[in-house]
Amino acid sequence: MSSVINRELVAAVRPSLMMTGLFAGLLGLAYPAAITAVAQAAFPWAANGSLITDHGQVIGSDLIGQAFTSARYFHGRPSAAGSNGYDASASAGSNLAPFSQTLHDRVAGAVKDFAASSPGSPVPPDLVTTSASGLDPHISPEAAFSQVNRVAAARSLAPEKVHALVEAQVEQPLLGLLGEPRVNVLALNRALDEATSARAQGH
Amino acid sequence: MTSATLASGFGLILVFTALVALMAKPFGLWLFAVYEGRTTPLHRVLGPVERAFYRVAGINPNQEQDWRQYAVHLMLFQVVTVIFTYAVLRLQGSLPMNPRGLAGLSPDGAMNTAIAFVTNTNWQWYAGETVLSNLSQMLGLTIHNFLSAATGIAVAFALFRGFARAETRHLGNFWADLTRVTLYVLLPACIVYALYLVASGVPQTFASLIDAKTLEGAHQAIVVGPVASQEAIKMLGTNGGGFYNANSAHPFENPTALVDFVQMLSIFALGAGLTYTFGKAVGNTRQGWAILWAMLLLFVAGASFAWWREAAGNPMLHHLGVMGANMEGKEVRFGAAASALFAAVTTAASCGAVNAMHDSFTALGGLVPLFNMQLGEIVIGGVGSGIYGFLLFAVLAVFLAGLMVGRTPEYVGKKVEAREVKLAVLAIVILPLCILGLTAVAVVLPAGLAGPLAKGPHGFSEILYAFTSATANNGSAFAGLTAGTPFYNGLLGVAMWLGRFLVVIPVLAIAGSLASRKHTPAGPGSFPTTGGLWIGLLVATILIVGGLTFLPSLALGPVADHLTGAAGLLY
Repeated sequence: MSSVINRELVAAVRPSLMMTGLFAGLLGLAYPAAITAVAQAAFPWAANGSLITDHGQVIGSDLIGQAFTSARYFHGRPSAAGSNGYDASASAGSNLAPFSQTLHDRVAGAVKDFAASSPGSPVPPDLVTTSASGLDPHISPEAAFSQVNRVAAARSLAPEKVHALVEAQVEQPLLGLLGEPRVNVLALNRALDEATSARAQGH
Repeated sequence: MTSATLASGFGLILVFTALVALMAKPFGLWLFAVYEGRTTPLHRVLGPVERAFYRVAGINPNQEQDWRQYAVHLMLFQVVTVIFTYAVLRLQGSLPMNPRGLAGLSPDGAMNTAIAFVTNTNWQWYAGETVLSNLSQMLGLTIHNFLSAATGIAVAFALFRGFARAETRHLGNFWADLTRVTLYVLLPACIVYALYLVASGVPQTFASLIDAKTLEGAHQAIVVGPVASQEAIKMLGTNGGGFYNANSAHPFENPTALVDFVQMLSIFALGAGLTYTFGKAVGNTRQGWAILWAMLLLFVAGASFAWWREAAGNPMLHHLGVMGANMEGKEVRFGAAASALFAAVTTAASCGAVNAMHDSFTALGGLVPLFNMQLGEIVIGGVGSGIYGFLLFAVLAVFLAGLMVGRTPEYVGKKVEAREVKLAVLAIVILPLCILGLTAVAVVLPAGLAGPLAKGPHGFSEILYAFTSATANNGSAFAGLTAGTPFYNGLLGVAMWLGRFLVVIPVLAIAGSLASRKHTPAGPGSFPTTGGLWIGLLVATILIVGGLTFLPSLALGPVADHLTGAAGLLY
């Protein structure tokens, strides 16, 4: 029996080596290269990362969240990506356990900050928890509406106007089933900047 | 959490499950055509490629192999491809397509990753975007996403032939099965799928790094690359190895809720299809449907339980005034329901992709992915490995039924004898042996105890999850565990290798001995292997033989975590 196996092993050497090389060329080089060529021709914007530019300068990606700390902007979720959060070269969740003291203290701090900046609002869960990627571009509509008064005050805008800006950015679940109601924070903040500069020019 | 929200989550689970049932026949027929070696429309384009491969490699696709030959060719190919990927990862620093100048991987890290991808596990101790060049992602890893999936299906085909054929030693030709599955199923499906992903926002470029200046004036370095081509086969081949650390939670891998839904369907597509292929192969599609119903029953139970717990949320956060479902480690665009469903799907299959961080699930919500893997990933399961793993339980179930009612154990026209039962038990027992044995080793050694991020019972869960995921060839993690150490790279590498091939080889041996038997036509003494009684017996066998072994370990981990946490104890 062992001589049968030895003979088969010898017979398997050439196909094993050759097929490794052939499949490496087909699946490891030709396939991704062909997909890249077609993707770059047919969907260049998406294929290159859905980048948003402003006067030729890349200011971010439509799909990737970025850090907002100023009172003048809507804030995204806390982020565990990289040491300062929203590091798009080091995606990560916190991986904290459900009954972790560290998680408890972090959320308690975030709840306190939230109560200070948005008094009276119930705490939106997404705004005090880290996302899975650390790059979540969205927050819930409740999380956005709870920040309206703060942003309006910081920009000297009417709260109704800021509220309307948020409403215009709310996306609904597909077919009422897939996904959650959400707001893209970068898109909302860009709309906010536009509205603010339009108002400044109008005066 | 309102009851309407809860209900809509259950609605999502049921709609998803119905679609999986609908996919089984078309995918099953496609795979059956390849199983039989029929000429398909795709042969016009890819037939010349297939013939060229055989010519260069000196393969005669019509030369049938017995189970030993099939196993020897398969194993040598695995060894050669492990060495190939090990070399690519070690030499990364000197190879092209590495604009960020990333260094080669450490010996233990490269070996762990090579084994992880060859065994269809795709365990990732590293963060893809910080450690791997575009060339390593493509040439080192993407090829295995195809080949490990095709190898799994090839083994399933050999086992199908064992049931379908009679009085022969021949189980087909490994190289022909491998090549045909790759060329006529995986590659064309991935070309379409990858382009759909790009159109939906998944990057596909040979560029690597983009520097953005954010609205607040900070710099944000955004890593891009050939993501879509890897993402497509990562899901369809139930591999699960992400381009990015955050895997399918990363907006570039999984940009929308619709893509997320398609990703879940694609994890199950081929595995569900293979149940139908099995029915066709043994000449009775009701045999295949019985398997699929048993799988879906177990699946819906697990997914619903996970969603119920995630919807209930985390009592610790409720005390802080943060009400509602558990959103720590979850993305807003998917929400808690699609995250719980994804966790059930990815561990029922041997995928291991994640769209949420399982480590931050509620204690009992996180029990579901763990338990799904401990059942051996036979609820749909990995491509190929799901159905052959399930058929081991079917062999065991007819044997048990035979013992109980005094009938001759038979399954799909073949008598099941002592040899097959012994081999099936050998393949089934490797799972608890590796998972519980290696976990026990890790929790008594300092190098093992250095791993977990969490303290208390959840720290034990992190270690248990790692060895479960590795042995079951899943690849998902309670990722708080620091696994990139020589200790974990080595031990988890062993677990992955044994968990894959100490199942594959007994399965091929069973195929060989079944093929040599005569067909036994079903008579009045045969136990019916379709219908409700059989499905109930299958589910019971899986839960009792596969599941019961792990209950003590689950009590020490997730259950203790839940009870102490509910009592207000923090770690």
